[in-house]
Amino acid sequence: MNLKEKAAQLRIDIINELFEAQSGHPGGSLSCIDTLTALYYNVMNVRPEQPDWEDRDRFVLSKGHCCPALYAVLADKGYFPKSELATLRKLGSHLQGHPDMHKTKGIDANTGSLGQGISIAMGMALAAKHGKKNYQVYTMVGDGECQEGLIWEASMAAAHYKLDNFTVILDHNGLQIDGKNTDVMDIGNIVAKFAAFGFETITVDGHDIDAVTAALKLPHTPGKPKFICCETTKGKGVSFMENNPGWHGATIKKADYEAAMKDLEVL
Amino acid sequence: MGKSTREAYGLALAELGEKNDKVVALDADLSGSTKTGTFKKVFPDRFYNFGIAEADMMCAAAGFAFSGYVPFASTFAVFGTGRAFEQIRNSIAYTKANVKMAFTHAGISVGEDGGSHQSLEDIALMRTLPNVTVFCPCDAAETKKAVMAAAEIDGPVYLRLGRSSCDDVTDENTPFVPGKAVVLKEGTDAAIFATGLMVSIALKAAAALDAEGISTAVVDFHTIKPFDEETVLAYNGKVKAIVTAEEAFVVGGLGSAVAETIAGKGGAKFARVGVEDRFGQSGNPDALFELYGLTVENIVAKVKGLL
Repeated sequence: MNLKEKAAQLRIDIINELFEAQSGHPGGSLSCIDTLTALYYNVMNVRPEQPDWEDRDRFVLSKGHCCPALYAVLADKGYFPKSELATLRKLGSHLQGHPDMHKTKGIDANTGSLGQGISIAMGMALAAKHGKKNYQVYTMVGDGECQEGLIWEASMAAAHYKLDNFTVILDHNGLQIDGKNTDVMDIGNIVAKFAAFGFETITVDGHDIDAVTAALKLPHTPGKPKFICCETTKGKGVSFMENNPGWHGATIKKADYEAAMKDLEVL
Repeated sequence: MGKSTREAYGLALAELGEKNDKVVALDADLSGSTKTGTFKKVFPDRFYNFGIAEADMMCAAAGFAFSGYVPFASTFAVFGTGRAFEQIRNSIAYTKANVKMAFTHAGISVGEDGGSHQSLEDIALMRTLPNVTVFCPCDAAETKKAVMAAAEIDGPVYLRLGRSSCDDVTDENTPFVPGKAVVLKEGTDAAIFATGLMVSIALKAAAALDAEGISTAVVDFHTIKPFDEETVLAYNGKVKAIVTAEEAFVVGGLGSAVAETIAGKGGAKFARVGVEDRFGQSGNPDALFELYGLTVENIVAKVKGLL
């Protein structure tokens, strides 16, 4: 299975999870899954059989509501059985509505309150520098999330401490719950903003796994954190979810599920 | 007057740094005031400034903790527990992160900076959070013990520290067990449960009451959470009056914790001394304590009013 096929399978897993859960966030999960595929299958140095391996690369999903995508990846990587994906958001499940590091193997930080994940990840990258460790720290933020002030506090610190072991990935799908970013609160030229905060910046097609991989593997400019703007489509792969803010967080009904599966099976 | 609890914190942190190389200090542009600067002088490579960005400092502290370190993060209590409350809630308390939140300038003893800087709600905010231990030491010796104990606890700890110098009411031999209040003076008619700077004032009030024939105990609640209900209930069963004393809002603090413990149990009559439902203001600490009723006279009157 090549990674394009892998991502197609993971999209099916995501829709299955969310259909079982009857709640959750399909749009952003589908927009970020190709990027996560590149990250976990081509780039990150992790040991699913030893999730707390001290020298592992870290990943913090700052846009924590898109955890169905991350859970699908972690299950596929072998952190826990794939059958458990069906327990998402149910009482007693280790798969919480937003990531819980103490419940789910492979989760490096609790997230869900937007803006905090990038700051925790920055702290991890600083701690890695402090301990002279060589692992990398990656975090993924959403574009709506960039409206949080904490994003910019953390970014300022990342540049100040010259964290060239730190990569911020933006899932730039242009939509948030209430509509388009440009209508709700325009984030403007987001790449220029991160550049102005001291990041090396790269923009790629976030659905092109090879392009994302290349951007992730590009060595850091010494002394600079890296920012990768992944241009994506919210709901990517399910025709009626694409570019529809209504599918940010919505219940997948039986008819939706069947229609979505038809779309995904041909990918 | 002895050292302030913030000065004692800085010295204890520097001492702790010698013993535990995983200890790092984080600050948000207030290292001179919070006294993390004392640690920084000895361990410049283990000190990180986050600038005036308390929310970022608290989440970064979680990142350090998740990486195996024991971060002590300091700022003023009003900014730490207030502005960064939700960072503490979700990234530190919810995750049981091994972060020590040593926030100074708590209470109206901040003085001249006024109401914007006088944190009176911090005890209430921190004690509502699961997994968080809350220490409110009364003097320099107790502060040192609280700092050392905080480092031994695997999980979040809030250390409530003050700006102004304070009386030494304990010494190195006074026991300090987290979650176990210290009986500083026994008494059979009334008991004053005090925390922080009010412990010293409570001792003076008890002496005045004793002189009037009212045998009054003083118990130092250096730990607000986990709360020593056992000691509260023991006194509730043997004295006629219990009065709490704290340099914080009476809503949600030590007084509330005692009220929650004895509610419906019968026993002693109960009253609270603390800052009533209003903000602080500029003035010197002594004048503010007088104005807000954090006084020997007020405690004595409250105790007598119950008997």
